[in-house]
Amino acid sequence: MELHALTIHALQDLLAKGEISSLELTRSVLDRIDAVEDKVRAYITLDRNNALAQAEGADEQRKRGEGGSLCGIPLSIKDVLCTKGLRTTAGSKILEPFIPPYDATVIEKLRVEGAVILGKASMDEFAMGSANENCAYGVPKNPWNLAHVCGGSSGGSAASVAADECIASLGSDTGGSIRQPASHCGIVGIKPTYGRVSRFGLLAYASSLDQVGPLTKDVRDAAIMLKAISGYDPRDSTSVNQPVPDYTAALGADLNGLTIGIPKEYFGAGLDPEVEQAVRKGIGLLTEAGAKTVEISLPHTEYGVAAYYIIAPAEASSNLARYDGVRYGFRDHDQHELLEMYRHSRSQGFGEEVKRRIIIGTYALSSGYYDAYYKKASQVRTLIVQDYAKAFSQCDLLVSPVTPAPAWKIGEKIDDPLSVYLSDILTICTNLAGLPGMSVPCGMSSSGLPIGLQLQASHFAEEKIFRAAYALEQRLDLAGKKPM
Amino acid sequence: MEFETVIGLEVHAQLKTKSKIFCGCTTAFGNPPNTNTCPVCLGMPGVLPVLNKTVVEYAMKMALATNCAIGPMNQFARKNYFYPDLPKGYQISQFDLPIAEHGWVEVEAGGKTRRIGLTRIHMEEDAGKLIHDEREPKSYVDLNRTGVPLIEIVSEPDIRSPEEAAAYLRKLHAILRYLDICDGNMQEGSFRCDANISLRPVGQKEFGTRTELKNMNSFKNVQKALEFEVRRQRDRLLDGEKITQETLLWDADRNVTNAMRSKEEAHDYRYFPDPDLVPVVITEAWIEAIRATLPELPDDRKRRFVQQLGLPEDDAAVLTSSRELADYFEAAYARYPNAKKLGNWLMTELMRLMKGEEALDISQCPVTPENLAALLAMIDAGTISGKIAKTVFEEMMVSGKDPETVVKEKGLVQMSDQGEIMAIVKEIIAANPEQAQQFREGKTKVMGFFVGQLMKQTGGKANPGLANELFVKALGE
Repeated sequence: MELHALTIHALQDLLAKGEISSLELTRSVLDRIDAVEDKVRAYITLDRNNALAQAEGADEQRKRGEGGSLCGIPLSIKDVLCTKGLRTTAGSKILEPFIPPYDATVIEKLRVEGAVILGKASMDEFAMGSANENCAYGVPKNPWNLAHVCGGSSGGSAASVAADECIASLGSDTGGSIRQPASHCGIVGIKPTYGRVSRFGLLAYASSLDQVGPLTKDVRDAAIMLKAISGYDPRDSTSVNQPVPDYTAALGADLNGLTIGIPKEYFGAGLDPEVEQAVRKGIGLLTEAGAKTVEISLPHTEYGVAAYYIIAPAEASSNLARYDGVRYGFRDHDQHELLEMYRHSRSQGFGEEVKRRIIIGTYALSSGYYDAYYKKASQVRTLIVQDYAKAFSQCDLLVSPVTPAPAWKIGEKIDDPLSVYLSDILTICTNLAGLPGMSVPCGMSSSGLPIGLQLQASHFAEEKIFRAAYALEQRLDLAGKKPM
Repeated sequence: MEFETVIGLEVHAQLKTKSKIFCGCTTAFGNPPNTNTCPVCLGMPGVLPVLNKTVVEYAMKMALATNCAIGPMNQFARKNYFYPDLPKGYQISQFDLPIAEHGWVEVEAGGKTRRIGLTRIHMEEDAGKLIHDEREPKSYVDLNRTGVPLIEIVSEPDIRSPEEAAAYLRKLHAILRYLDICDGNMQEGSFRCDANISLRPVGQKEFGTRTELKNMNSFKNVQKALEFEVRRQRDRLLDGEKITQETLLWDADRNVTNAMRSKEEAHDYRYFPDPDLVPVVITEAWIEAIRATLPELPDDRKRRFVQQLGLPEDDAAVLTSSRELADYFEAAYARYPNAKKLGNWLMTELMRLMKGEEALDISQCPVTPENLAALLAMIDAGTISGKIAKTVFEEMMVSGKDPETVVKEKGLVQMSDQGEIMAIVKEIIAANPEQAQQFREGKTKVMGFFVGQLMKQTGGKANPGLANELFVKALGE
């Protein structure tokens, strides 16, 4: 197999033995990008020369016996994470000229581990979307079928991993934005516990829900990446000071003693029968591995989407106020009156979906509506947290589909934002409760599109997720399958 | 019709922490524009605020000093509005869970002492500054002040006169200075005040329609603006007109208030809890640890000055109105334990030379408390007269020298040698037989003339007590 198609752990072996260099590896990935990027469109910004320089640096480090867990591994980074000296747009025209003078904490950590940063992956503008169709720099395609969406909002990250245009990627997940594109692209994606990973340098969409996480080719890679980026950050007050375990140590042979809950609300009407079949098959494999199953109820799941689409836009309406054309980013220079400058810069700089959410959020927080919307949504959030607490007193993990159906066709739902919102129902509650959740491949649809299985656990119980996901992966043997 | 004035005040006090409330930038005043900044206070994409613990502790000090209740948990909230001096598009403030509530301070005004309630104290960040160049015309943004910590202290509508409002402000100012948490400079804006004011017929329970006054940058201006507004509202009400609820700006040059454009105040701030900051939990142990650091506060010190030092209430109030002045007084008192005399000297001579509010920052005074004590002791010892002492003091204020040196250099030692003075007394009597005759005939008023002559000839150095005595003696011969 060519180098760009390999996993982090396979490449680490080759690099450690001196059989390959990072420079060769990085060239292989860049060649792959040259070959397929025209079709996939996974990147907004490629940093070719710097990537090669970083690879050379990594090779030198390795020669000196230094280098961390990602030494010389080429990665793509969702364009929502600040990279010092490298343009960061969040998929928005309003940040077209923005070059951050600082790295996000997770980027600093990747650099410490020796990773090579190839460029910035496409995304829905400000992480708002479920198909990566809301991007000012083009729509990335699903590598399994270029007529289909790759999911969102970390669509470019997922597509670049699936198409071997990088070895692994970092994305962010506010309501499913790592898990859903991972599911649609047939790769592994984990949204860590809220507070596990620093948000410093992550362009905020909804601060109380956002969390950075990896998208990878297999479960072991996800464990390696998550360890590298996790940990307390004094620059993020919401990060939690809790030791970071070696997640690869959780990857074992069986699931004896593990109880998995099957939430009945996640298998309701509207679930594609092929998706249900694949997930049920996955559950069967988990029980073969030794897990017990128990039926669970999360009665407030159905209110999750409504609560999310109040809370997230409310926070977004405030988080995106700083993009006003005054200090950085896009400004309409033809305006000479303050309010007109604000109005025109923001009207031209933001896309439709972002404007829609700013308006919804502004409305939800307005005096006279706050109690009926924002406050009520916060109360629903508490009920959802309580649902989970009850569930996790009966089981270790919750197993479910990630999305109601495989990836839809590009353009199919562009005029129906509501149906897109509703498709988030299976991933949104994880964020509302701040829990960890993973999408791991569990099958393919008859039309050849990937289907993911979702694992959710209680706060900081990522190891249980890795354990179950690895057991499933071992029994499915999908890892070798490549889309293109 | 008789009206009652109802005033509530909102005070913003800048806390004198070294660094800003949510980042590590310095709070120093007067640096070149936009140099005290970093990605966090500039509101760059992706950055996050981290609370400065000292800000919480300073706010706790103020809360304890003003008898507030500190809740077990407080929370920051975002106040959303667009303005170029506000880089994030929202100000991080506190809304429904402030750090402290339900306090009070005692205020003396018009011969009465009243308790003014405090609704709340909350922490927040300051905004930047806009500098407008009217000629170009262009506006410049300076974000050095962005993120400087503030506490907002909101009073109940308990204040009943502009004079009482000024007294309340002076009390808050004194407490902040005693606590050493705010430099209190009104010109530089580190102590700012907005006022809400309304009138109601005496006896009526409901409040009248209020107006909000802004842009008053001294205690005097606050009082003047409120006095103006009392007259304006009363005139309107007496004319049967209604008061419009609006925000007015005080024009200190023309001594009038002007309405702000309504566009500038039509805000819906859309407050909601800031998801970037976790709630601040305050334990009883933390409160007690802060309480233990509180210095003696103005009211307690005043009480002690009255009870222990025997000062009159009014003198004690003036002398404790600032921590520095009271410290100065006590340092001088340690060497010159005549509180009344020392107090008088401070309140008349020193304040005359330091002029008004400067006297509150007596730490800058060139005359040390030790030197003032020495000067007063020289009067008591008869080394110099009280009148000469004033001259000496003026010189000390200029040069900072000690009184012995000034007296020696200027040759101002009091003439107390009886023989020496008597010789001059006799010369004067001899030269003025007419006045001598008048005195002997019982016109004792001419004594003033004789003493004046003596002072003229001795350059004021003759001991005045001795002078009288010697003239009586000589004229009786």
